[in-house]
Amino acid sequence: MTISQLSVFLENKTGYLNQVLAVLAKYNINIIALTVADTSDYGILRAIVSDPGKALEVLRAEQFSVRIHDILSIEMEAAPGTMSRILDLFTAADICIEYVYAFSFGSKSILILRTDNQDKSIEIIKANNLKSITEADLR
Amino acid sequence: MNDESRLKRQETRGILKSSRLHTKESSVAFKENNTRSNERLIWNKKMECMNRAEMRTLQSERLIGLVHRVYNNVPFYRKKMNELGVKPSDIHSIDDIVKLPFTYKNDLRDNYPFNLFAVPMKEIVRVHASSGTTGKPTTVGYTKTDIENWKEVVARCLTMAGIGKEDIMQISYGYGLFTGGLGIHYGAEAVGCSVIPISGGNTRRQLQLMSDFGSTVLACTPSYALHLADALSENGHSLRDMKLKTGVFGAEPWTENMRLELEKKWGIRAHDIYGLSEIMGPGVANDCIKHIGLHVHEDHFFPEVVHADTKQPVADGIEGELVFTTLTKEGIPLLRYNTRDLSTLNHEPCQCGRTSVRMKKITGRSDDMLIIRGVNLFPSQIEHVLLELGETSAHYMLYVDRDNNLDTLELKVELVESQLTDTIRDLQNLSRRIEHALNSAIGLHVKVTLVEPKTITRSEGKAVRVVDNRKK
Repeated sequence: MTISQLSVFLENKTGYLNQVLAVLAKYNINIIALTVADTSDYGILRAIVSDPGKALEVLRAEQFSVRIHDILSIEMEAAPGTMSRILDLFTAADICIEYVYAFSFGSKSILILRTDNQDKSIEIIKANNLKSITEADLR
Repeated sequence: MNDESRLKRQETRGILKSSRLHTKESSVAFKENNTRSNERLIWNKKMECMNRAEMRTLQSERLIGLVHRVYNNVPFYRKKMNELGVKPSDIHSIDDIVKLPFTYKNDLRDNYPFNLFAVPMKEIVRVHASSGTTGKPTTVGYTKTDIENWKEVVARCLTMAGIGKEDIMQISYGYGLFTGGLGIHYGAEAVGCSVIPISGGNTRRQLQLMSDFGSTVLACTPSYALHLADALSENGHSLRDMKLKTGVFGAEPWTENMRLELEKKWGIRAHDIYGLSEIMGPGVANDCIKHIGLHVHEDHFFPEVVHADTKQPVADGIEGELVFTTLTKEGIPLLRYNTRDLSTLNHEPCQCGRTSVRMKKITGRSDDMLIIRGVNLFPSQIEHVLLELGETSAHYMLYVDRDNNLDTLELKVELVESQLTDTIRDLQNLSRRIEHALNSAIGLHVKVTLVEPKTITRSEGKAVRVVDNRKK
């Protein structure tokens, strides 16, 4: 049901994001999807990578603030209206979406979802036979 | 008021008015004004112009009385004096003051709330308090006589600044537990001012009433006075609408340059009123129109300057820690209270006619206490709040700045990894929790910025926790 997402604390300084990326590159870790949430003072980089465990280890070693969170991931059909129909299911259950991003991997379209109620969200995914993907699917 | 003095007052006002309009000529007008109405500018000639020998006799008598009072009524002082092997009978004159123990801010905190009071609570008619280092405030109590004496010394200060019956005084110091507002208030009424007790804050209303009521005197912190000056045009006012002629500024250290800047910006005469709640509140000292040091009301507050390390008294003109003994205080009399403010003393008579000792304008402190918008702040208070919350590391840097002439505080604090989540909201809530906790502990708004762990410089010696970017 879930996938490991890296969360890295980013200070709002020139070149800071690239320092994170450089570390990942150095250890040959592939970035599959990436999004940055920002405020005026700092941001959080969220990323789906090829080897989250190793990414955590090497970023920590380079003194970055980094954690791994398990996050909902849903494979979508690449057709208009698919994402809307999925989100309708959550709205109907009165679940709030905290953030969302989507990416393509090969022929797959993948929705990454963070809600205010993870357990209830998993139930919805199961009940509606939505296809979840894991790290293994992305290798 | 007799005709002569009314005439003099009118002259004074006329001259001051012209000095406002023609700033270039102000120094000339100023001198003239000074020589003509010198006598009017002294509230209590007997005390303020007493010859040195008589003053020392008076101080000696008062010190002897004080030492007996604290020894008999305040267990803290009895213990301290016993430890030093000093009895009240060892004090014969003011020169013996060096035998007495010092008092520090910590002592007030340790005796919170009322244990240093020398009279029963039924004699106390008012309590003031200021923020303390660990959340406990510093509490002071006043008897009826203390309040009368306070009124008297403030009246002297205001008169010294040329303020009198004709003046409309806008008191923009905070009223309440802080001594600023109420402290000035009664002295201002005593000299006959029309008092506007507007208290602090609300810049728009301050300027509106200043204009509508024709305030001639403004009492507030120097930084707020500067802020108000700069806010004139954006609030639709100009200096032309204002009748302000005098400023009584204090509650934070400010330089001579700042004083001149305020005089220029407002077209007024700016005076420095010094005080601290532990000793009385505003009114301990004030500068006369000569502005060469602040006259200390030494019949009430005996000043010494001591070396910061040895705590030995130093000669006139040598800088050290300013120490006061409250010769007449009944509620909470203090022996040799070390203010940690740095100053020098000057016992030469002043050109204004006063003989009272003058202290140099305070420009610094011997400890790390900051004064932010008139509020005392020790960096250790910040640390205390962070440790109590326990949600960040205790590594922080406090940046003090002046934005639009108001002091601002920004706290950079290191995030701990366990607090990092994948949502911004969690981090913002964390900052907000810290801001709330700081606000309720120190009464000041602090902007909290989370930074990366281990990015705040660790120092090997004494940690540098504060960067004060306010211009001196």
